[in-house]
Amino acid sequence: MPFYVSPEQAMKDKADYARKGIARGRSGVVIQYDGGILFVAPNPSSALHKISEIYDRIAFAAVGRYNEFENLRKAGVRYADYTGYQYDRSDVTARGLANWYAQILGQFFTESNKPFEVELVVGEVGESPVDDQIYRITFDGSVAEEHGFVAMGGQADQVAAVLKDHYEDGLPLVRALGAAIAGLAGQGGQANGNGNSTELSASQLEVGLLDRSRAHRTFRRLTGSRLEVLLAEAAADEGTGTVSPEADEPQPGEAASPDEGVTQ
Amino acid sequence: MGSGFFAGRFIAACMDAGTSSFADLVAECAPESLPGAGAAAATGLGGAAGAAGAPSGTGSEGAGPHLPHGTTIVAARFADGVVMAGDRRSTAGNMIAQRDIEKVFRSDDFSAVGIAGVAGIGLELVRLFQLELEHYEKLEGRTLSLEGKANRLAAFVRGNMGAAMQGLVVVPLFAGWDEVASRGRIFSYDVAGGRYEERPYAAIGSGSIFAKGSLKKLYTEGMSDRAVVLALMQALYDAADDDSATGGPDLARQIYPVVAMITADGFRRLSDAETGEYARAVVEERTRQPSGPVVALNPPPSLSG
Repeated sequence: MPFYVSPEQAMKDKADYARKGIARGRSGVVIQYDGGILFVAPNPSSALHKISEIYDRIAFAAVGRYNEFENLRKAGVRYADYTGYQYDRSDVTARGLANWYAQILGQFFTESNKPFEVELVVGEVGESPVDDQIYRITFDGSVAEEHGFVAMGGQADQVAAVLKDHYEDGLPLVRALGAAIAGLAGQGGQANGNGNSTELSASQLEVGLLDRSRAHRTFRRLTGSRLEVLLAEAAADEGTGTVSPEADEPQPGEAASPDEGVTQ
Repeated sequence: MGSGFFAGRFIAACMDAGTSSFADLVAECAPESLPGAGAAAATGLGGAAGAAGAPSGTGSEGAGPHLPHGTTIVAARFADGVVMAGDRRSTAGNMIAQRDIEKVFRSDDFSAVGIAGVAGIGLELVRLFQLELEHYEKLEGRTLSLEGKANRLAAFVRGNMGAAMQGLVVVPLFAGWDEVASRGRIFSYDVAGGRYEERPYAAIGSGSIFAKGSLKKLYTEGMSDRAVVLALMQALYDAADDDSATGGPDLARQIYPVVAMITADGFRRLSDAETGEYARAVVEERTRQPSGPVVALNPPPSLSG
């Protein structure tokens, strides 16, 4: 016997379902720094990525169900490569990709019984920090342009609150990483609902960045010793007082060989 | 077709594609934008052009000879890797179509591809091949093996066979650093997609006969990187010397061959300043000795007297 469910109720149920699924996982953070855009996510796996390259100046971060966002990531790479092939590499933009994702997510949300349990961020590094673009796409196909930083998944609101305290424009890489870690791990022993407040080590983190200074493909992963050094510096920086005016100092991280410990 | 990114068919292809091949994706979404597809679709291109009588004297080869053609590419292995070089001329029939065309490209961090034949299709073939390697790398999180790259390229060349049969022939030369074998390797192709590993040197294009003859006398095992570059420059000079479709180094316009070196450190294209040095050295030598380096022959002592 057919029974009636109002569209409002159906949409609400689907949205609740997706929200619960996304909140169950751990948060991810995307944050701008002076040299580009930094992507950080707790991820014990070094093979199953939450952060990935999409195109020359565009990267992707996601939280939620792995199989779903992995499929969306691959679709995004296909969209980007196809667009660049049909037109020109410079015609592939984060805005276009974000709209395309929104179309797909929105369509699935309205038409299928089970919506995507994912939240995506698409970042594009520009010629200068003001040209950087960050878009957040949620499970129902809503798109929002973000400035400075984005926290998604898990207890995103609490992570965002910590980030807000730490973020300022033009942060050097070390301090942007410190801010992201502070947001993800919880400050001063305070559990933030993101599991616990234990320190996140290099092996538990996935870190990628869009590096403005690189030519052609700007995305790279920070792994191994290079990430450990940066994390140690970020921790030391946190210890000496959070927001101090050291932005003009050369970054120790940049003095090191740029490709040390870096994999694509 | 290109604008249909929001079309259900394109989205479905992106979401459901069971392939990490970019070419397969294009074949599904927009087969008409694959290299040579337009030529193959224009059935009877050769016959029609011949019947119209516009280009005369081309025999049964159709319109092919009147399109810009890329000419000579050479490559040679050395201890630390492999070097590929190409002249800068493209010709349409008896005309020089372009003096500074580039026919040697970086295909990814550890390989290079050069093309000879119809430039229009060749350049598209290279663009598709570059994207194919990058696409696979991004989707799979690893790069293809050198054999895998060489095989993909063979499939692309085979895909162009229809156009090739109508006279729009293009063949690539592929070279790269094999990380497993820890050495440079060279692959040449025929229009049917046949893939042949070449050792220790190779040449394709209209001047390849002369370039190979030159390399045969100049190449020795264990050459240094600079000696190999010089040998390839000499070979291209010899090709240009005897083949009108191959361009020699143009000192007046500062147009020199494109030279790419691939080693364990990756792909490196020599700067114009560097290739200019080699080109001037070769030209300088040839003004004194127009046929180039001459080998001293030692007749057997029994014949002396």
